[in-house]
Amino acid sequence: MTTGQTLLLATLLLPAIGALAAAGLPARLDRAGRVTGTVFAAATFGVTLLFRPPDAAPATDARIAPWTELDLPWAPALSLRFHLGIDGISYPLVVLTALLTMLCCAYCLWRVPEPGRGRLLVALLLVLQVGIQGVFLSLDLVLFFVFFEVVLLPMYAVIAVWGGPDRRRAARKFVLYTLFGSVLLLVGVFVVVSASGTGDLVALGDPAVRPMTAGMQLLAFVLLAVAFAVKSPLWPLHTWLPAAHTEAPTVGSVILAGVLLKMGTYGLLRVAVGVAPDGAARSAPVLAILATAAIIAGGLICLAQTELKRLIAYSSVGHMGFVLLGIATLTATGLQAALIGNIAHGIVTGLLFFIAGGIKDRLHTGELDRLGGLRETAPALSGVLAYAAIASLGLPGLAGFWGEAFAVVAAFERGGPLWITLGVLAAVGAALAAAYFLRLLRRVTHGPATSAVAGLGAHARLGPGELVAWSPLVVLTLALGILPPLVLSYSADPVAALAEVFGR
Amino acid sequence: MTVDPLGAALPAIPLALGLAGLLLRGDRRVPAAVLGVGGATAALGVAIAAAARGPHGPDSGHVIAEFGRLAVTFGTWLDGPAGLVAVAVAVVALCVQVYSVAYLHDDDRYAPYAAQVSLFTGAMLLVVASGDLIVMLVGWEVMGICSYLLIGHDRRLPEAPRAAVKAFLVTRVGDVGFLLGIVLLGVRAGSFRIADVFAADLSAGTVTAACLLLLAGVAGKSAQFPLHTWLPDAMAGPTPISALIHAATMVAAGVYVVARLFPLFERSAPALVVLALMASVTMLLGALSALGQDDIKRVLAWSTVSQLGYMTGALAVGAPAAALFHLLTHAAFKALLFLAAGAVIHAVGTNLMASMGGLRERMPATFWTMTAALAALAGVPVFAGFWSKDAIVEAAWHATTGDGHGPLPRGVAAVVLVSACLTVAVTAAYVVRLWRRTFGGEPRSAEARAAHEPPWAMRGPLLVLAVPTVLLGFAGLAVGFSDRLVGGGWGDAEGAMPLRAATPVAHLTWLALVPLALLVAGGWLAWRRDPAAPLPDTATTRLFANAFYLDAVQDALVTRPVAALARAGRRADERLVDGAVDGVGSGARGAGGLLARVHAAALPRATTAVLGGAVVIAAVVAIVVGVA
Repeated sequence: MTTGQTLLLATLLLPAIGALAAAGLPARLDRAGRVTGTVFAAATFGVTLLFRPPDAAPATDARIAPWTELDLPWAPALSLRFHLGIDGISYPLVVLTALLTMLCCAYCLWRVPEPGRGRLLVALLLVLQVGIQGVFLSLDLVLFFVFFEVVLLPMYAVIAVWGGPDRRRAARKFVLYTLFGSVLLLVGVFVVVSASGTGDLVALGDPAVRPMTAGMQLLAFVLLAVAFAVKSPLWPLHTWLPAAHTEAPTVGSVILAGVLLKMGTYGLLRVAVGVAPDGAARSAPVLAILATAAIIAGGLICLAQTELKRLIAYSSVGHMGFVLLGIATLTATGLQAALIGNIAHGIVTGLLFFIAGGIKDRLHTGELDRLGGLRETAPALSGVLAYAAIASLGLPGLAGFWGEAFAVVAAFERGGPLWITLGVLAAVGAALAAAYFLRLLRRVTHGPATSAVAGLGAHARLGPGELVAWSPLVVLTLALGILPPLVLSYSADPVAALAEVFGR
Repeated sequence: MTVDPLGAALPAIPLALGLAGLLLRGDRRVPAAVLGVGGATAALGVAIAAAARGPHGPDSGHVIAEFGRLAVTFGTWLDGPAGLVAVAVAVVALCVQVYSVAYLHDDDRYAPYAAQVSLFTGAMLLVVASGDLIVMLVGWEVMGICSYLLIGHDRRLPEAPRAAVKAFLVTRVGDVGFLLGIVLLGVRAGSFRIADVFAADLSAGTVTAACLLLLAGVAGKSAQFPLHTWLPDAMAGPTPISALIHAATMVAAGVYVVARLFPLFERSAPALVVLALMASVTMLLGALSALGQDDIKRVLAWSTVSQLGYMTGALAVGAPAAALFHLLTHAAFKALLFLAAGAVIHAVGTNLMASMGGLRERMPATFWTMTAALAALAGVPVFAGFWSKDAIVEAAWHATTGDGHGPLPRGVAAVVLVSACLTVAVTAAYVVRLWRRTFGGEPRSAEARAAHEPPWAMRGPLLVLAVPTVLLGFAGLAVGFSDRLVGGGWGDAEGAMPLRAATPVAHLTWLALVPLALLVAGGWLAWRRDPAAPLPDTATTRLFANAFYLDAVQDALVTRPVAALARAGRRADERLVDGAVDGVGSGARGAGGLLARVHAAALPRATTAVLGGAVVIAAVVAIVVGVA
């Protein structure tokens, strides 16, 4: 086995072992369990940093050229293969997943939401990590589907056990809604596998193997796209998201917004577009219109929101709208914008949910009416909130800008009345984002301190868990804003290979 | 792949020190002041070095991001105007930083304030130096957010948070156009580098569309009608911030960018017509609104709106050098005006001129420096503003008579000329009123009676800024200085702006007599009034005081409809979109319950049903077999 293959396996095995170890410890060793889980998460993060792209581009016509791959027979009778691989599109997402999981586990060392049993929460986070990274690493459709489903139940448990007062309903809605998406995904996978005789993504992405007819491609793309649209989520299939986010514990929200949603956009790009490019090309305008509707609708709804976490959840709908718009353009520019938008959203919204959790932990409310004047009593907390909000509204120089601005650029590149209109509307949506985030800041940080905020006292300061978990995200938000090649340099070649299919 | 080191250092130093300063705790005054003043000093040093080196061409830059075939480069272009504007920005920023140390002596959030001023300065310098449109946009927007943070700084003012949000949102609405304009240029030209965009073969339609879109952003940042409404409210910020925003950063950025991109604007008559009309309305509207205010800072704020109208008017009539000249003189005297007003407010404890009066003997240094600045603002001969305003009026005259540059129709140029002349009279009136009401007569409050000069950290910047306020105009008489006001990108096309100034930007002709006569008339009208008396309460003065009720119009046409739309969107999302999802859920549950009820039968009925079913099946089988 080569080093790369060992790393691939370690990326999935380490968190799995960590989860078992953490969950296996008895209740009196709860803290030890959390430490163990965090150590494994950190080790996984370290492993993901070791991946390196090959020096020379491989000589292949296939659209997916993995840096390293692991291809083992899994169920030979069903011709299923355990095919893992990593390339420039999946690599940043894998690192982001490992980073956020590590930060969430570390955060749990200091703060465990009610009803305690933090080692189990950490174990579930690690299981989630296995599932999410598995999705990003799978190069086989069935394997992809399996990992896609692995994520479902741990997330259900995280929300239903450690969530807020209305957690059961929210968790149920999350599971049922995304299960509906999974059914479509399963049907889509069947359609692809039966029509083309293989579930191997590399083979499916090879122009030499193009057995699917145009009609089948359209069917496959629509099925897969709807499945991924539920996960992303794309308006109007988004309504599970606000409920889940509002009720989920802080770490659950961070993972949910930070990386779980990315399974949808990644799946759309890698699986749906990669497997059925003709179908994608024919459906792109519809996808783009819905994405733009998501941007505008998300912005407007945020402007009328009165609860902190709900507002951030809806802002995700708008941000993912930009990502989906980028993908829908099917240009190299748009795909690059979508990828960096994905990563930026994971970092910035992860940070926002951490901060929202910090505020709710202290004040036991997220109602904007009961917050106010936070900068008077908790300057550091409100400073970080302002920073994250400003990053999230897409200020140039911080992470959120590139994905949004260049989704608009990509729409203009496509040209024609439809795409130009969508680009203009998306730009208007960016102004809406400024409006609702500034409204949020005005309500939460400015003005006189409300009674709840005034009584903060010593709680106002940032705790060690918060410093540890937040500071990497704060730094990355700025770093990605100034140095977009942190993501773009990896994805340039695979995106160019993909965009070539569409002649763009 | 080279970057001009001076161009890179110019924004990088204040930006880096500003970011470092954000990490300080709010009450760490000394390190914050060191970072703030140090950053501004270093920026000034670099700016002077760049200006002394002379105009420089665009560098090839360093690619920082590649999206498909489009690349974003960090490149700079320190041509003549860039060097001069950078010096002006750095001088004002340094004065503001020094002045703020004293002005905010008891503020426990001084550290983030000083850091944000540094960021603001760095962002403006990025706009000035950048040779790439996207990088310019970065500075442009960072400036917006810094203005938001700084305007909302004062916790004692209940209106500050609202004013801050308004400042950012109004400019951001314009920035939608700005972004789209940049995107259009970048996509059509295949590059975001300004030099490449100039060289690209763009269709007339593209240029006009892009210029009109850019103008939306310019109107927002440079407070042009109808996006000017944020600027007077921005007075809620601390006074040094007003000086910073009104003099060298933020509002200057819009004018500067049009001058920088003038080779594009010059190719589009429709864009210049829009700019000319915007400018004509803005200058007169601002001046008349200034006439109706009693808050000293609001008078100055409206005067900025009006003066910016002069600059955009100059751009519209094809005289970007005159616009830049006025930008520089205005930076000096407006910064001085605000800092002096801050000294007055510091001493009197109120912004209202009704409680001032008689400050002439009590604050002589403030009085004399402010008098010079007011004279420059009104355009009294010899003072800086006289020369630059005269250059604009003259350019408008040439455009009207048809021997100017640029494709602006003569009729529209005449509108600019008339508006500029009328504005001179109104400016003289409100300047005289402000001067007499603040410094003349008897003190009208106990605080005004007890007023005294500010500490040296505040007095020093006043004296420094007084020098260019009085003398900078004479520089316009020199050909060498006028050469520097010519942008590096101008004059590439045939029949375009010459690359070197043939004549000085300021030169006197008989034409200067017209504005002078109007100046005297306007000043005399205001002089006759008793400075202690408030304005009579008539429909006209109410109209001026409320700035033609444009805030209410904006509220009714934009703010409230958007808020209503947002509420409707939320309701629709919760009732319709989510309602449908919940409906599917409860529908499924209902159907399941119905089936369950049907199945939950007592034994006799269940037995009957089973038997009945068996009979039916048997019958079906019999029929099928029989048929077969």
